[in-house]
Formats: sequence, structure tokens, C-alpha cells
Amino acid sequence: MNSSGGSAAGPSSGSGDGSAPPRRNSKRPKYSKFTQQELPACKPILTPKWVISVFTLVGVIFVPIGIAALMASNNVVEIVDRYDTECIPASMTGDKVAYIQNDTINKICTRNLTVPKDMDQPIYVYYQLDNFYQNHRRYVKSRSDAQLRDADQANKTSGCDPEKTTKDGSPIVPCGLIAWSLFNDTYNFTLGNKNLSVNKNGISWASDRDHKFGKDVYPKNFQNGVLRGGASLDPNKPLNEQEDLIVWMRTAALPTFRKLYGKIHQDLKANDIIMVTLENNYNTYSFNGKKKLVLSTSSWLGGKNDFLGIAYLTIGGLCFFLATAFTVVYLVKPRYWVGY
Amino acid sequence: MAPGRRRHERLRWSKLYTFSCLRPTVVTDDELPHPLQGPGYSRLVHCNQPGLHQKKPLNYCTNHISTTKYNIITFLPKAIFEQFRRVANVYFLLTASLSLTPVTPFSAVSMIAPLAFVVGLSMAKEAMEDWNRFVQDMKVNSRKVSVHNGEGRFGYKHWQEIRVGDVVRVEKDQFFPADLLLLSSSYEDGICYVETMNLDGETNLKVKRSLEVTLPLDGDASFRHFASTIRCEDPNPNLYTFVGNFECEKKVYALDPGQILLRDSKLRNTTYVYGVAIFTGHDSKVMQNATESPSKRSRIEKKMDNIIYVLFTFLILISLISSIGYGVLTKFGMPHWWYLQPSATSYVYDASKPVLSGFYHLLTALILYGYLIPISLYVSIEVVKVLQATFINQDIHMRDEDTGNPAQARTSNLNEELGQVDTILSDKTGTLTCNQMDFLRCSIAGVPYGVGSSEVEIAAVKQIASEVSGTIEQHSSTQDFWEDSGDGFGSPECELEVGIARMVGKPHRPTTKGFSFEDDRLIHGNWAKEPNAGTILVFLRVLALCHTAIAEPNEKTGGFTYEAESPDEAAFLVAAREFGFEFCKRTQSSVFIRERYSPSEDPVEREFKVLNILEFNSKRKRMSVILRDEAGQIILLCKGADRFDLAPKEASFFFFFFFFPPHEPNSIILDRLSKNGRTYEIETIKHLNEYGEAGLRTLALAYRVLDESEYSAWNTEFLKAKTTIGHHREAELERVSDTIERDLILVGATAVEDKLQKGVPQCIDKLAQAGLKIWVLTGDKMETAINIGFACSLLRQGMKQICLSVDSSNILSLNKEKAAKENTLMQITDAHEMVKLEKDPNAAFALIIDGKTLTYALEDDLKNQFLSLAVNCASVICCRVSPKQKALVTRLVKEGTGKTTLAIGDGANDVGMIQEADIGVGISGVEGMQAVMASDFSISQFRFLERLLVVHGHWCYKRIAQMICYFFYKNIAFGLTIFYFEAYTGFSGQSVYDDWYMLLFNVVLTSLPVISLGVFEQDVSSEVCLQFPALYQQGPRNLFFDWYRIFGWMGNGLYSSIAIYFLSIQIFYNQAFRADGQTADMAAVGTSMFTCIVWTVNLQIVLTMSHFTWIQHLFVWGSIATWYLFLIAYGMFSPVISGNAYRILSEALGPAPIYWAATLLATLSCNSPYLVYIAFQRALNPLDHHVIQEIKHYRKDVEDQHMWKRERSKARQRTKIGFTARVDAKIRQLKRKLQKKVSSLSIQTQS
Repeated sequence: MNSSGGSAAGPSSGSGDGSAPPRRNSKRPKYSKFTQQELPACKPILTPKWVISVFTLVGVIFVPIGIAALMASNNVVEIVDRYDTECIPASMTGDKVAYIQNDTINKICTRNLTVPKDMDQPIYVYYQLDNFYQNHRRYVKSRSDAQLRDADQANKTSGCDPEKTTKDGSPIVPCGLIAWSLFNDTYNFTLGNKNLSVNKNGISWASDRDHKFGKDVYPKNFQNGVLRGGASLDPNKPLNEQEDLIVWMRTAALPTFRKLYGKIHQDLKANDIIMVTLENNYNTYSFNGKKKLVLSTSSWLGGKNDFLGIAYLTIGGLCFFLATAFTVVYLVKPRYWVGY
Repeated sequence: MAPGRRRHERLRWSKLYTFSCLRPTVVTDDELPHPLQGPGYSRLVHCNQPGLHQKKPLNYCTNHISTTKYNIITFLPKAIFEQFRRVANVYFLLTASLSLTPVTPFSAVSMIAPLAFVVGLSMAKEAMEDWNRFVQDMKVNSRKVSVHNGEGRFGYKHWQEIRVGDVVRVEKDQFFPADLLLLSSSYEDGICYVETMNLDGETNLKVKRSLEVTLPLDGDASFRHFASTIRCEDPNPNLYTFVGNFECEKKVYALDPGQILLRDSKLRNTTYVYGVAIFTGHDSKVMQNATESPSKRSRIEKKMDNIIYVLFTFLILISLISSIGYGVLTKFGMPHWWYLQPSATSYVYDASKPVLSGFYHLLTALILYGYLIPISLYVSIEVVKVLQATFINQDIHMRDEDTGNPAQARTSNLNEELGQVDTILSDKTGTLTCNQMDFLRCSIAGVPYGVGSSEVEIAAVKQIASEVSGTIEQHSSTQDFWEDSGDGFGSPECELEVGIARMVGKPHRPTTKGFSFEDDRLIHGNWAKEPNAGTILVFLRVLALCHTAIAEPNEKTGGFTYEAESPDEAAFLVAAREFGFEFCKRTQSSVFIRERYSPSEDPVEREFKVLNILEFNSKRKRMSVILRDEAGQIILLCKGADRFDLAPKEASFFFFFFFFPPHEPNSIILDRLSKNGRTYEIETIKHLNEYGEAGLRTLALAYRVLDESEYSAWNTEFLKAKTTIGHHREAELERVSDTIERDLILVGATAVEDKLQKGVPQCIDKLAQAGLKIWVLTGDKMETAINIGFACSLLRQGMKQICLSVDSSNILSLNKEKAAKENTLMQITDAHEMVKLEKDPNAAFALIIDGKTLTYALEDDLKNQFLSLAVNCASVICCRVSPKQKALVTRLVKEGTGKTTLAIGDGANDVGMIQEADIGVGISGVEGMQAVMASDFSISQFRFLERLLVVHGHWCYKRIAQMICYFFYKNIAFGLTIFYFEAYTGFSGQSVYDDWYMLLFNVVLTSLPVISLGVFEQDVSSEVCLQFPALYQQGPRNLFFDWYRIFGWMGNGLYSSIAIYFLSIQIFYNQAFRADGQTADMAAVGTSMFTCIVWTVNLQIVLTMSHFTWIQHLFVWGSIATWYLFLIAYGMFSPVISGNAYRILSEALGPAPIYWAATLLATLSCNSPYLVYIAFQRALNPLDHHVIQEIKHYRKDVEDQHMWKRERSKARQRTKIGFTARVDAKIRQLKRKLQKKVSSLSIQTQS
């Protein structure tokens, strides 16, 4: 290509090219539909028929989906109770951080929740944290999957800064900030005077329990450092049974998130009053986080969120509108074939 | 001794020639040797003592040439430097090195591997190309030539070993290895014939002649003691000048270009020559002429750089935003985020030094948002272009049937540039024409002979016929008339068409080269039966005798081959032979012809004594021979230009506009007729005009019988003039010649077709309809160029021709240069004025300029005026331009208009222009390979240019433009979601996606569809491209890559990113996303979001494409399927590798309806605005190709012929050149006549 002028102007032709023709003949292009770019092809173009039917079709599909999603969301009953502000003794409201960091103070707190509508089992219990950056890069990285899975890999703590090892150098299992900051509020529910049992089994993904957290990996040196983070773990329970940890280790995408705490396998009636006895241990006061307790049923779409339904309805409606608009456009200004 | 030597033994041409090659070589008073002092004239050559040139100060460069860019040592540094001149690569290098530090958000391998791949690939390509150049150089350097090695013996040496001062012996048909001073040749008087095709593209032989003083150096042994010195100019690129002195035995002789044999020209027709090397290797004129070949980049690629700058700015902007955000959050938020252990942080997260942390974060952000700059863009483009080039190479419609040469994209860089060409600069000889003259018709004694039609006529009639059938016949063949091979021209009602069918359909019988005359009245000796047999005899004798050619017996055929100075002359000789007047021998004093009056008779050999030859030159435009026939009668035979005279007469300048048909007063021959010689004048003029209109090159033939006394009187005067010394000599000779070339008797006229290459006029017509401007740059004479202009329809009747020509030799002013320049300026301004004042919108101007004037016009202060004049003219023809000037004109057009130029040529003289133009196209024809080697594309015939531009160029332009736009779109759509997410993570630089997703996004998930867009997309099929040449204008107008479109695409990407991100996070907000209560973690949200992106960008490309073969379907749907397959496969890896993506699809997302609902919602809401946009555009403001697509779609072309034809005729670009314009002009002319008639009629009826 860039054969510079020299070779170009140089006497490169001459007799040297005597052998050229046979060589070229061997390069003779063969005819094939592919090489001639004549492969059979469909060439869809946006004719009025197509435009109108596409938009109508989208509308026809979207509106029912939107209605179904909205209905599903409406069927979900959800009780949300913010308790971090209420569960502070009035004397300590001035210094919430001191309150929460003082181990000597009893953190037990009682809340009463009214069931607004009938709730069918299973009822999911969530805790919700606000303004908690579980998605901070420093936080997300601070874990070791290898260590969680395999007892032999306990020393693999490379990503776990700054919660890697104890002072004497022995590895912390599970290491890293995520495990270290494990949520440690606890909830107990009573309906009337009957205890509502919370089933904490099966709140995590089965694959996590079976493959990610080892059966033979036990917590070691956990929460023994200078700084105490969140919950401690039972050193005699293998990690794959520590479901709270497993759920917690699934870092949330947004600073506001809910995590499954447990399930209540009992139907609740409207206007039932549930008494919640909770231990307000987890420090969200330092960073002005909120703590909420959420009880929710679920639909086929999951929890309560109207957004999906509304979005579907909007788009569906818009498509109907566009179909109409284009019909008008094509009627008013049909293709003028005589020139352009 | 060689046979040639014996044959020419008695020939001393110097005695016969009048003007050109042989001036007295003795140094005379007014021809003092050039003083040769001062800078520029320092070269000193010791002949036959090459040893002296191996040490200082005369250590001139060797004859070794090297055109490679790199050598083994410099390759790595230089090639790497080349690669990192691309800004994007520098950026990726930076990010790759940063990825080794803790600031990186990704793993180092995922940053370094793609960069290494991209750079490595490009460097490998460079290395390949340079290697090829090296091999080419080696081939040249190791050619062998016979060199004097002392002691009077010659031995073969490689070219590269030749030093300045070496005496070399070059044999017939060999190339000269260096610039040589001719010492002696196999001819007694030291002349030799040289073919300079590789230098200036001219195929006629040039005569070179040695100094008298070196003539005795004949034979190897005589060089034993030869020693002399040459002082001359320093190496320079000027091919046509040489100044130097030859010093021998204390005498000084002046040297001129007539003694210099240039490297790369070829010795022809001469057994051997001896020469001494003056300039070797890179000093030689041809190498000096070689301009450094620039690495060319297409406009789109340059603009792409700008887009990348825009994106960089944007990248830096959002990086700044995020690092400021990070700094603020770190300062005010971090200390409270106990779960991050702010007390134990490293510098990256140090809350006490927020500025520093912010700075480190800036680096992180620059890496993180790197997805805005598509690293795979360069690689993808390179892949796409290589594939496009393969399609060009494979195109069966651009393969020459005869030679089997396919078109070749020698570089793939410029494919899309082919779709944006505005001006074509074309060489003439070998490009437009085959450089073959065909004797086609003649007019003898007022009777026209020859029924064959010139290509111009055939094509013109065809065109008119198709116009007629187009309006009258609605259901006639819709086949394109150019492609019509001539057998079925539908409507027999139309007489015109019958005529064509006859003309075209006639089987071509094998004809002699140079002779396509068809008329039984003249051939096979039938002429003798014609009423004017006597005149015909004279006519044929003029053909056979009035020339300067040499006949060489051809062993193979038993006939003769003719070595003539011009191809016309050869054509005449061939014609004469076919008519039975075979020129067979020329001696010093005589010409022998064999005359055969009928096929049965034996030929009679006649000898004509040559008394004088009055040569052709550009001023005289005629040539005469004075002969004595066997009867002792003295006759003067003359042939000359009949048409118009461009040469200055009395006035020192001339400048006029002339309109065709030419007026007789300008005719050379017709002015010189005697009273009784004008018998056939009127008819002949009529025929001459007809021939001229048919694009033929015409000459008028005349003769005169001289009586002895008149001749001898004239001859004494002539001899006197011939021996005149000094610069008056030529003028004197001319004057004397003029006195004898009078009172001629007109015999007739010849019409020779400068054979155009197949399909050239049609191709030019189509290109003109596509809105391209065509300039012809030729080394040929003005007349020839104008003839060809007519033949190609670049010129036509009624076109106003502006001829710019300055003849400085007649300027008496002291400062010739300055006066000539002023004159040029004056001519340009006048012409400009005239063009401006023209009111008729249909008026077309043609600009014709000669090389000398061009020299002035190209000077800095005039060139802009010249250019603005030239762009206002419909066609521009530059004659007698040197290779350098070709390049300069090209540069002027390229830089002055700022539009894309394409240069096409076939010879080494076009190399400069080919390299200078934005796109260089070489014709891989019969001539050397230089043009091809320097070109970016090579085709074997000019006519393939149409398909190359209108089909491949159009496609490639759209493909690449859409591809790049789409690339930016998809990377913005993807990259910005990372930014939004980051804002939700406290600007910490966390990405919501898995590293692997991001790596795959560009490499696997979106690469193949965009490559299939770049390789296979066709907005309309190739036939439609050819039928609607105006579609091509979408390229030069840059409709698909202007900033509106680019920003539109970017806006689309921005919208998509916003829509996908916010829809996703709203849908997966904080509630359970499944029936069994789990909430979505980062992996689930990220994967879902990524799914939306994959769907959106792939669906977007479906909306962009308009042509789906199974390949596109496979790639697009395959890419989406790959994503799901990948998720499943990745989910099955050990969780140590896949992390939170472990079983994400099979366990978490797959069973969740909300995941699928989110994908559907996001995808459709992202793509619908574009859909709305294109639907509205199509409905309200359709582009050309939209309409054509719809016509095709509704099969209107089949159902409604009338409309199809009308649309097609509308789809032509308004043009002023080409056949179509010719026909239009004709129609206008007829209309005007009709109107006149009507109005005069009405006046009559009124009165």
C-alpha cells in the first residue's frame, strides 16, 4: 500500500513481471453468491403497514402485562416499620452513636405492628438498611470466596483488607469487611400471646449453601480483633449453615436494600397486631442510616413494586398513540411517488 | 556485430532531420557552456574512474535503492511509535499500565490483553507490507548490467554496485540502471531510441544523441583509456532539463537533456549504447521525482479521531465529576462509614486526604469509564476493511475478461473513501485510451470512405435511441443500455435503433492492430475502380511516404513492424500496407515502398529519394517530405492539422475562446492550398468536421509537384538556414519551410481513432451522473488531449472552451518569467470574469491549460484564482504536464477544495499524482507496474472505476459510517450505565457488572453483528446503485457521517443508557424479585441490566441494517443467544471464578418473571425512539435510497415501467459532461431551433 515513491518510481516493472500473468490467473475470483455479495437476503423496510402493526402489537402485548404486573403488586401486603429512631431511650437521643456502641446498655425494644390486610403465608421478614454502602468498592472487594468454600484455603485472604488476619497473623475465617460487618439485630414475633416462629432456613440461595460456603469451614478468629464489627458467628456451625451470613454476603446493588431475615409460615388476618421484640444492635447511627423491619407477602412477580406495571402501561399506551399518529401521518401524507 | 548495426550503417539521421534532435554540437559564441558555478551546480563526475567517487568529497550515493520504511533495528521502536500515534492507543496504554496499580477497578489482564492484541495485529500488518517492499527493492537492486571494469573489458554487475563514473553498456530493451550520459550507440552518429513510458507515460520513442566528441568511443576496447570529467547540476527532480559541461581533452562541450538517458527508461530499437553514470540511486531524476509516499487515512477515520477526542473530553468530564464526588464523600461520609474501617485505609480511600484520594480516584475513573472509548473499534474496523477489500478483489464484474486481472484493493484503509470522491484526476494515455491509433475513415477527393463507427458514435446513438425509446415506448427493454450487448434492442419501429443494432451487432472480425477501416471500395485493391483512382493513389502514397518511421522486418510474420515516433504515424503505415502500399525500407537517402494495385498482382517495389524532411513540431503542426520519384519528378507530400491552431502566430500571446465547429482561417493545411488545389475543399471540410464530431483525430493530406528550378532555389536557401548558427536557426528554418509548403493540392483527410479503452465514455458518463468532476492530466499535446476530451464527451460542441496558454519564447520583454506570469494571471482573471457573466444555466465551460502555463498558475499567488476558475468549469484538461505537476495539481485540488480526490493512472509518471491524491488508483494494464505499486487500488480497465466507486465505494462508505456510529452508540449506552451506578456507590469505582461481562461485551457479544453490518450491509443492490448513480452523492455530501448524525447516535446511546439503568434499578428496587422472597443483589441487578444492554444494542443493529442474509441473522441472534449460553456456562464454573454470578441464570434470574419482563420493557423502550425517528423520516423526509428501496419493495419497477424510468432519469446528477449532457444539449438546441421557426412563422403570419 504505502509503497513509497521509490519503489514506485523505481524500475520495479520491467522484466521482473514476466511471471505475473499466470500468477494472477490463479487468483481468478470464483463465482459464488457469497463473494459477489448476492446472497439471498430479506430486506425488510418500514412500510406504513409495518410501522402501524409493530406499534399496535407492542401496545397489545404491553398493556395486559402492565395490568397483570400492577395487580400482582397490589395483591402484595407489606408492613414496613422503621425502628431505629424509636428504639432509643429518650435520654440517649442526643448521642445515638454512644448509645449503640455501649455494650452495657440493653438494646431490647418492642414494637407493635398492625396487619393492614390478610396476609397469606409465607410471610417474608426483611430488614432494610438505608444509606448503607454495601456496594462501596472497598467493601465489595473485601472478601475471599476461596476461603469460604474450602477449609484448606483458609490462608487465602489476599482481597480481605483490612480484615485479613489477627494480630498474630493467623487468618480470620470468614475474612473481609463484609463478613465483619454482619448485621446483628434480631427479631422475635408474637401474635397475641402465641409466638410466631421465624424460619431462618432456606433464606439464602441453595447454590450458595451447597457450593459457595463449605460444609467443613468453621469460623475462626472471627470478631476477635480490636474493632468489633457486627454479629459474631457460632464457631461450631459450618459456614454453609450460617444463612444470615450467606444472605449478608450477597452484597446489595444500592445503598438502600432489604435482606431476607426469615419466613413466617402462618397466615395473618387483617388488624392482627404483631408484637416484635427486637435487639437494636446494629450501628446505623454513625452514618445516619435507617433501619426498617419489613413483613411482606409475595406475588409471582415478587414483592410490592408498582413501577413495572406502570412502566408497561405507559409504554403500551404510548405505542397505541404512536400507531394512531402514524396512521394519521400516512393518511395525510402518503408516499408521493412522482419524485423527491 | 549485431545485425541492427549493419542495417543502419549508412544512416546518418542528422542529415535528414531538420529540427529536433540534431543541433550543431560545436560550442558557438552565443551558446557558451553554462558557467556552472555556485550552488546547485557542484556535481563533478570523473568518467571511467568510479574509484574517485568512493571517497570524499565526491562520495555520491550508490545505485542501491531502498524504499522500505523500517529495518530490523528500527522496526520495533518506529512501528510502536506509529501505533501509539493513535490517541486511543495511548489512552489504552495508560490505562493498561495503571491497571497494575491499586487504583484499578479491573484486573490487569483484562486491560493489557486487548491492547496487546490490537497493537500486535496492526504491527504484524505493517511488517508484512514492509517486507514486500524490501523484496521488491532487492529485485531491482540485483538486476544485472554490463559495466566497464577497466582494461577495456566489460563484465556484468548488479545494479546496486554501480557507482558514479562507471561506464555501462546497455543492450536493446534493457532499462537504464542510472541516469547516464550517452557516449555512443550502435548507430554511427550516436543516436538511440528511448522509451520513457515509465517516466512520463508517453509511448512514442524519443531520440537521444551523443556528443560528436564521444562518437569514437565505439566498442568495449575503446574505453580502456577513456577519461574525462563532467560538471553538472546537482540531483534534482526535473525530468526535462539538464545543465552540464563535458570536459574532454581540455575542451568544454555543453550538455543538454538530449544526451541524458534517465533511469527507468528503456533502450529501444538500438542494439546497444555506452553511457557513463552521472546520477545513481536516490540521486537519479526518477527517484528524485518520487515523493515520499504519505500514509493515507480516510476522511471518516480522521473524523473518527475527532469523535474520540469528543469522547475523551466527555470521559474526563465524567471522571472529574466522579472524582470530585468521591473526594467529597470520602471527606464527609467516609469517617462515618464504620463498616469500611476508615481508620485502616490505604491512600486510595484516605478520608483525611480527600484531594489525594480524589486524584487517585480520577485515575480509577479514567479506567472505569474506558468503555466509552471502544478499544475494539480499531480492530473491528481493520477486520471489516480487510473483508471489504476481499469483496472488491473477488468482484467478478471488475475482472478483465482478457487478462483475467481482478480489481485489487492494495490497501484496505481507504475503502470508505471510495464512496466520497468528488473529483477524479485521470491520466489519459493508457488510462482513458489504449494508446493505440486505429485508422478508421478517410475522405479522398471529397468522397468519404470507411463505414466503421467510432465508439463515440456508437455510444451516442445508443444513448439517443434509449432516450427516444424511453419516451415513446413504455414497455421496451428496461435493461440498462450500457450493459446491453447489442443483440436485442427491443423496438424495431425506431430506425435509430436498427442502425445501432447493425453497428453493434456486427460480429467483429479479426482486424489488424491499428487498422479498423471497413469499406470494400478501398481494400483488396478495389480503389483502382473508383472514379478518383488517381487522387486515391496520391493519398495512399502520402500515407506510405510522409513519415519518419523505420521499418523492421518481422521474422515471425514475414511482414514489417514499424517504429514510429507517434502512434498515428504507425497507424498510417499499417493502413497504407493494408491498402497495398507497404513501406519496407528506409535508407539514408531513400524510402522504399512496395505497391500492389490488385491482390493478384505482384507488388512493385518503388524507390523514392528523400530530399528533405520538414519535421512535425508543435508550432508547425504539419510535416512534409520532399521526394524525387522514379520518374525524376520532385514532389512535396504534406500532412498537417486541419482543425485549429493553438500555436501563437504573430502575437506573442494568444488567448481566445473558440467554438466548434472550427473556422477555416485557423486551419493549417487549408490555408496553404493553391487555387486549383481547392477542388475538394468544401466536402473535405465537411467530412473533417464530421470526423471531429465523432471524436476522431484528423489530419489533412496534400501534395505539391515542384519543378526543378524552384526546388533548387529553395534548397539553397534551406541549406543556408540549416547551417545557421544560434538561436535564430529554428525560426529561420521554419520560415524557409513555410515558403515551400504553399500552393498545395488537397487530396483528402484521414481520421484516426485514438482507441479509447473499452467502456470509457460510458463510464465517464455514469461518473458524471453520479456528480463526480473529472479532470484529465496528460503529458500529451494539447490537440491530442482535446481530441480525447471530445471522444470521452468531456468536451462537446457548444461547450465554451477556455484555453490558457502562454508562449514565453516570443515574449520580448526582459523579464520573461514575470511577463509570462502576469499574462497567465490576466488570462485567468478574464476567463473568470467570463464564467461569472454567463447567464445561461446550461452553459458549460471547459478549461484547457498547458504545462508551461500551469507552472505559473500553480505558483502560490495564482493558484487559488486558478482553482476557483477550474472548479467553475465542467471539465478541465491539463496538457503537457510533468509528473510533478500532476502531483501539484492534485494537491491543489485536494487542499483547495477540501474534497476527496481520486487520481487514476497507469504509468510511472502518474505515481506522484496517485500518491498525492486521497485515493490513488492504478491501472494494471500493459505498462509497468509502478503505478499499481504506488496505488491504493488497482483495476485493469478504467471502466471498472464506475463499479468501484458507485457500488463498492457507496456500500463501503455507508457500511463504515454506520458501523462507527453504531460503535460509539453501543459503547456510550454501555459505558454510561457504569457511571450512573458509580454515583450510587459513593463514587467508589465499583462496577455493577462482573469483569467478564465487560470483557465480553466488546469482544464477543456485540462484535460480530457490527462486523456483519460493516461487511454485508447493502442499502440497495449493486444493480440499483448502477442504475441510480445519483445515490452516490450521499457519500460526498457525507450524509451518513456528519456531526448531526454522530451526535444523534450518541444521544441515542445516552438515552438508552439512562433508560436501561433507571428502569432496571426501579424494577429491582428493594423488594423481593421472586415469588420466594429473595431480594436482588448486585450480581442479579448487574446481570439483568447487562441483559437489557445486550438485547438493546443488538436489536438496534437490526433496526439499522436493511439487508439480512443468513449471516446477519446468525450473528445478531447468535450474539444474544451467546449471552445466555455464556451466563449458563459461567454459572457452572466454580464459584471461586464466577463469584456471585454462580448459577445466576439457572437459579436466580431464570425463574424470575420480573427478569424477563424487565428485559422486554427496557429493550423496547430503548429502541422505540429510533424506530419512531426512522419511521417519521421515511414518511416525511425520505432519503433517496428510502424511495428506491420502497419502489423495489412494492415491485413498482416491474409493475410500473413508466414510473421506474422516470425515477431513474431523475436520479441522475445534473451534469455538464458526458453523453447525457451531450444529448441534453442537442435536445435544447433542437428546441431552440423549433422555437425560432415558430416565432418566425408567427411573425410571417402576422405580417
